[in-house]
Amino acid sequence: MKEEVKLMKGNEAIAHAAIRYGCDGYFGYPITPQSEVLETLEVLMPWETTGMTVLQAESEVAAINMIYGGAASGKAVMTSSSSPGISLKQEGISYMAGAELPALILNVMRGGPGLGTIQPSQADYFQATKGGGHGDYHLIVLAPSSVQEMVDFVGLGFDLSFKYRTPAMILADGIVGQMMEKVVLPEQRPRRTEEEIRRQCPWAANGRAGLRPRNVVTSLELESSKMEEINHRLQNRYREIQENETRWEELDVADADYLIVAFGSVARICAKAKDIAKEKGIKVGIVRPITLWPFPAEAVRKAAEGKKGILCVELNAGQMIEDVRLSIHDAIPVKHFGRLGGIIPSPQEVVDALEKNFIN
Amino acid sequence: MTEEIIIAGFGGQGVLSMGKILAYSGLMDDKEVTWMPSYGPEQRGGTANVTVIISDERISSPVLDTYDIVVALNQQSLDKFSPRVKKGGILMYDTNGIHKHPTRTDVTLLPINAMEATLELGNSKAYNMVVMGALLEAMPYKLPMENVMKGLKKSIPERHHHLLPLNQQAIEKGRTLI
Repeated sequence: MKEEVKLMKGNEAIAHAAIRYGCDGYFGYPITPQSEVLETLEVLMPWETTGMTVLQAESEVAAINMIYGGAASGKAVMTSSSSPGISLKQEGISYMAGAELPALILNVMRGGPGLGTIQPSQADYFQATKGGGHGDYHLIVLAPSSVQEMVDFVGLGFDLSFKYRTPAMILADGIVGQMMEKVVLPEQRPRRTEEEIRRQCPWAANGRAGLRPRNVVTSLELESSKMEEINHRLQNRYREIQENETRWEELDVADADYLIVAFGSVARICAKAKDIAKEKGIKVGIVRPITLWPFPAEAVRKAAEGKKGILCVELNAGQMIEDVRLSIHDAIPVKHFGRLGGIIPSPQEVVDALEKNFIN
Repeated sequence: MTEEIIIAGFGGQGVLSMGKILAYSGLMDDKEVTWMPSYGPEQRGGTANVTVIISDERISSPVLDTYDIVVALNQQSLDKFSPRVKKGGILMYDTNGIHKHPTRTDVTLLPINAMEATLELGNSKAYNMVVMGALLEAMPYKLPMENVMKGLKKSIPERHHHLLPLNQQAIEKGRTLI
């Protein structure tokens, strides 16, 4: 069968990918720069084809709790928002992590703090990877750098989140959300039947029909010894995720003198910067973490061997740089370059930063 | 082949949709494409712009410092982007409303009067397709018209497909400006 190639925005692609995956429900509230996700779903009307529910909730808080409910019954559910809206969802995210529920959350980041700006940003790195809500938990955090990855990570995010019973987040930014590129959509998968859900999610609260003991989905456990056990179970699972699911991409690392570490769309700006630098005789390699949590620490450590310095390029004031420094135990100089408040650096600016920090 | 293009003008001139049709046409010609709208602070001056990259190879940055082709449709855009045309590149601009013309000698200057040409056609809404016709004619990468029409068809909703001949006419008219 010929692959179906389309041109679409990252946000539109997310909506198509959700339907194709066989997602059971999307619950969201509009906010720039990701409103096209909900808009596209409303245009595509999947409730008439796959039976997927699409609902504009009354608020972000309502939306995250709707997916808490959907996930508790074993359904593949998702929500999306942008930075200020994601902050509102943190309570629900922590509850879902505590209740060991799978779900997919998309954050198309914009500049903060506060209402900030509608322009692209990566300033929610800490929030996404270090918790965001309260308690000892992690999300699986995927950082797409192309529209195709927006599509691919919907499937990957759902699969991982069901495999490990923990919420997954796609941490995108306004660039990937708003830009159009060609994409190949996966084939339509049917939504799982109730029978399949019962088989795959024996923990789900989806009607026991007198056949099994009652399933209780909760994040509350007042007996401390039991709560500690639950925490250990979560931590063991996080270790398993770290061992099995760390993903990254490398570009020209082997014969480089300097390393750039960047994620999402910024990694592509850096790829162009690498080419400009090469013309000037500066050999640069790039490590692009694809999973921000688990962070590809070992890959960064290996890539850094024999290099003269690392430049972390982020649309923030220096967040991922902490993970990079920890990865290499500060064995070589690590510097940060970032633009703030929604400004996107050009490839030349990245080259200038590299020269300023390491060469001149 | 890689063409790095920015189209800049007033909001409402059809800059973004022209970029989309161009990108779709490239896609129909089996190229890699990116379409990156500027929704940044610079838009507050009333300008809208879109970066379109068409290439044989995988495209890295959707954001650029310099361009092979700049299409400027108002004075602000011309002032802003004329220094950012690559040496040997093309600076195309609509002379309508321009009081300060570019002076660069290391690029090909292509002043066009697309507004006048559009009015001759009798449908001012076809303005962006006239400009696109001029761009297609001037661009070193020759996009087959057949694929442009396919791109156009993909870009506009089916209910507007009866306007395809008008758009084609506008593109052809635009080509005569070069």
